[in-house]
This record gives sequence, C-alpha cells and structure tokens, in this order.
Amino acid sequence: MNDRGLGFLGLVYVGGLLFGLGLAVSQMARPEVVLDFLQLEDLGLLFVMGGGAALAGVVFAIASRSGRSAPLTGRPYGLRLREFDRNVAIGGVIFGVGWGLSGICPGAAYASVGIGNYPILIAIAGMFAGAYVQGVLR
Amino acid sequence: MVFGPPLELFPNGIIHYAVGGLLVGLGVVVIYLGTGLTPGASTVLESTLSYVSDREWFQRPSLTASRSWRLVFTLGIVSGAALYALVLGEGIWTTEVQLWRLAIGGFLVGVGTRVGKGCTSGHGICGIGSLSGTSVVNVLLFLSVAILTAGAVAALGVSP
Repeated sequence: MNDRGLGFLGLVYVGGLLFGLGLAVSQMARPEVVLDFLQLEDLGLLFVMGGGAALAGVVFAIASRSGRSAPLTGRPYGLRLREFDRNVAIGGVIFGVGWGLSGICPGAAYASVGIGNYPILIAIAGMFAGAYVQGVLR
Repeated sequence: MVFGPPLELFPNGIIHYAVGGLLVGLGVVVIYLGTGLTPGASTVLESTLSYVSDREWFQRPSLTASRSWRLVFTLGIVSGAALYALVLGEGIWTTEVQLWRLAIGGFLVGVGTRVGKGCTSGHGICGIGSLSGTSVVNVLLFLSVAILTAGAVAALGVSP
C-alpha cells in the first residue's frame, strides 16, 4: 500500500536533501536567525520563503496547466489547495505563538538536527507531543 | 539625525537567503515533478504517530499511505543540512535559545500546524506557490502573530 518503490522513495529523499540543504545554507535552521527575523532585525528570511514559493509557483502553474501526470505515481499535476475554515485561522495563530517563542518550525527543526543542533530535539519532541494532543483532544 | 539611524533591513546580505530559498523550492519541485505531491514538513508528525498509536485519527488512510515517504523526506532534510555542516566546514552548531522556549514553542507549533493544516513549507512554500487564499491567510496570521510574540518575549528581557 505505502510501498511505491525505490525510485519513488529515492526521489523523495533527493528532494528532501535539497530542501534541507537550502534550510542550512539560508541559516533558517538556526532559531537565533529566525528570532532576529521575527524581531525585524534582519529581514533576509523573506527571501527563503519568497524564493522557494516563487520557484515552486512557476513550476506548479506550468505543470498544472499541462494536463499531464507525474511519471512515478500517475498522479495528475495539481495545486495545493486547502479549504478555508475557522481552524486555518486558529491554527495559524497557535503556530505563530509557537514559532515566535521558539524560532523553530518543522522543516527547519529537522534541518537543525542535521547541523548537529541536538538541543532542538526537545522542540521536535514538543512538536510530536503537540500533534498527538491535538489528535486526541480534537 | 532627524529620522533616526538608517533602517538596516539586510545586515547579513541577501545572497545566502535567496540561494537557500531557491534550494528549498528546488527540493519541492523535484518531488512535485516526479510524484505530483506537494510536500509539507509538518504532516510527518501525524503520519509517524500512526506507527505507534492505534487511535482512529492517526490511522487515517491518508496518513498510513504516506508515512513511509514522509519519513524519507524528513531523513532527506536532515541529510541535506548535515551535508552542508560537514562539507562546507561550519561543523556542528548548537543553539543558545533556552530549552523551555524550544519545548513550549515546539508543542504549540505541533498543535498549530495540525489545527491549521500546514506550516511554513506546506502553506508557506507549496500553498503560496499554488496561490491558495487559504494559505495566504494562514501565513499572514502566523507571521504577524510570531512577530508580536518574538517582540513581546524580547521586551520581557528573555534572551536568547
């Protein structure tokens, strides 16, 4: 069911590798850099999300208009569209408090492990606990 | 000076930020072109819980079917950052941010991404890249709340 072959998993690994490399190169894997950004002392992180979204956006737009499907899954190229509801707003606010307090978001936390930042494991444990509690209390 | 000191928006330059952002986007694009998936980094929290919790919520087919590739994606992220740390010679780096901030902040991030259906990558990169109004609202909210929170914490004298 969830085994889609080595080619599939290999490609996902390579994509993740580039993704993590980018988070390390941009220094977003360091909570201090994120907190400097959020305290408006260095706005460079705008280029991380902006650059990533711009590149992804161009490719998404072209591919989703092509009517083609992805070679490894047969899945049609589409967009990431989620229905808006109250939870999107509530979740955004909760996420914002957590991000502002810790300087860490999920992708950057995993990348932070890669640069040897072991104290970040406590943030990742917190994230798992939060996801679990949300699933239980929802 | 009448208008105060000049506002230094980018004291560390922008090149490494832009290059890093493009690499993040490239990672998303590689996965998307091969598989049609728009990967976010936060769903792995829930999908990995499906290995250890029998609760119906964590056994949703969307999670159990995606949990292996989501773990591989996460391992890739760790590896890519490790590659940078080892090859570019910056070596191991550890944060000075206080542990209680990491623990409580991490917990709220875990709750918030699940309630809000995404995070900085799912909404911020893939959702914005899809011109999704839902993602734009989510990102503007978490960004402004995070700025207020970080400012308030700093104003209380907590550092780092």
